[in-house]
Amino acid sequence: MTALVEASCVTRTFGSQVAVDASSLDVGAGELVGLIGANGAGKTTLIRMLLGLLVPTDGSVALFGEPPSRRTRSRLGYVPQGLGLYRDLTVDQNVAFVARAFGRPPQRTVLPADLAASRGALVGSIGLGHQRQLAFACALAHEPELLVLDEPTSGVSPLARARLWDQIHEQADKGVGVLVTTHYLQEAQQCDRLVVMAEGREVASGTIEAVIGGRQAVSVSSASWSSLYDALRSAGLAVTLDGTSVRVVGATLEQVDRALQRAGLSGALERVPASLEETVLLIGRDAQPTATR
Amino acid sequence: MRFAARSVTVELADGVALQDIDLDVHPGSITAVVGGDGAGKTTLLHCFAGEIRPTRGTVTVPEKSLLGYMPSTSGTWRDLTVDENLDLIARVFRVDRASASERRTRTLDRAGLLDARDRLAGDLSGGMRKKLGFCLAILHDPELLVLDEASTGVDVVSRLELWQLIADAAARGAAVLMATTYLDEAERAEQVLVLDDGVALALGAPHAIIAEHAARIVETDRPRDARLAWRRGRTFHEWRPDGNVGRAHLADVDLEDAVIAAILCRARSHGDDGGT
Repeated sequence: MTALVEASCVTRTFGSQVAVDASSLDVGAGELVGLIGANGAGKTTLIRMLLGLLVPTDGSVALFGEPPSRRTRSRLGYVPQGLGLYRDLTVDQNVAFVARAFGRPPQRTVLPADLAASRGALVGSIGLGHQRQLAFACALAHEPELLVLDEPTSGVSPLARARLWDQIHEQADKGVGVLVTTHYLQEAQQCDRLVVMAEGREVASGTIEAVIGGRQAVSVSSASWSSLYDALRSAGLAVTLDGTSVRVVGATLEQVDRALQRAGLSGALERVPASLEETVLLIGRDAQPTATR
Repeated sequence: MRFAARSVTVELADGVALQDIDLDVHPGSITAVVGGDGAGKTTLLHCFAGEIRPTRGTVTVPEKSLLGYMPSTSGTWRDLTVDENLDLIARVFRVDRASASERRTRTLDRAGLLDARDRLAGDLSGGMRKKLGFCLAILHDPELLVLDEASTGVDVVSRLELWQLIADAAARGAAVLMATTYLDEAERAEQVLVLDDGVALALGAPHAIIAEHAARIVETDRPRDARLAWRRGRTFHEWRPDGNVGRAHLADVDLEDAVIAAILCRARSHGDDGGT
């Protein structure tokens, strides 16, 4: 399978700062790839290089087999986090503007029924869910072969999010390659494959199972979560709350048990698979030995 | 002290923002309010924060000096340093100097902001600014802590740190009421209120909300009715309103699935097809 987009060992520096450090990423036809990692990990810089908005300091980017250009841009659909819509134009005017920019007739842009009812409304006056649908419809109007989506469903209701993802999957089913960034790791699980970045480097990639890679957390429960929580936090462990039980990552069951014993507490301990979120946290820590954040 | 909303309805200029909402918020416990843009989350939080008065119904909240409120904009002063932001709040709430200084150091330490004390709030990253907003909201040790989308747009590492701070506050006995659009995050709370269009779709422990819908949600490659199905990875989850799941596999349901089913269920009872 030839990649629609392929970054090979790209590096980008800004002055003395290395934003992306020898990272590689590719997206094939019909593939849904999630790019995840903390802020400052280099995701945005990498995407800007893939889109041709930034030139790599080192390494190369091929978009549809050639260097990024205006020509490759016409084969690509991009929805930035800020949506890139004109808030003081109407829905129809936004559609017309984007269609003209791509040299397409505006009537080819397909709007979902409930959004079509607001054609004459200013974009700034419609809800965020509808704005996201519009940005999506505009990005799809020129039938791109590759879609790049930055936080595509941020802020919308669960059903609206599900409907956006239905559309994303429909595109992938048709053979469009999709690259998605998200902070919402439940959403990352919609992807076929993930690429995790930390400190400018690609630190893990593959299916969710491969990324989690057998990492484990320890789940602890007792009648009162708050005393457990306090004791484990005071012991310097990475503790998260999980309803009325707590979870510890980056420590063994024995370490957790000792911390509880020292505090004179007991609880039911269980080894559980780490969540994707916990995994990203652990991977980030490993990538950054002096944890200051 | 238990804080509560009773039959709260809020009518704003552009329509009904909240309709007949009941909610108890308990000390030492976290309640998450979830829903999308326009669901009514912020309006409900505003009622608890005393920012708006319900059109009908009542809210029981502590006096202002025992209330901590973090707006979705994080409520920090961008032209002041981290320390100056804290000074200002300490003076507003008349936190006495000795306890303020000790609490401040501990809070900043837990928020990972100790090294940023002299930086302007406007120069902090989004996640750090949210954490500062949180520190400001809890500086005076409030009994009720109201957090509006504290973690929206915040990366995974900062989000987990914020959650630790929130859990710290609840472990010390504060009643926490927080709005979020992330349902995996809401699953960590003791109690979840699901809002859609100003109406309460579900209220209870996350596992109870999941259990209510789980027996009617199947995992399938070929949905019977596309309007009642949604993608989860390469397969579909589908809500079967009649509970007739036939030979289909029941899905491994999470709160996201359960909330989608609850929204579809309400849309159906209103004669709406639930599609968008």
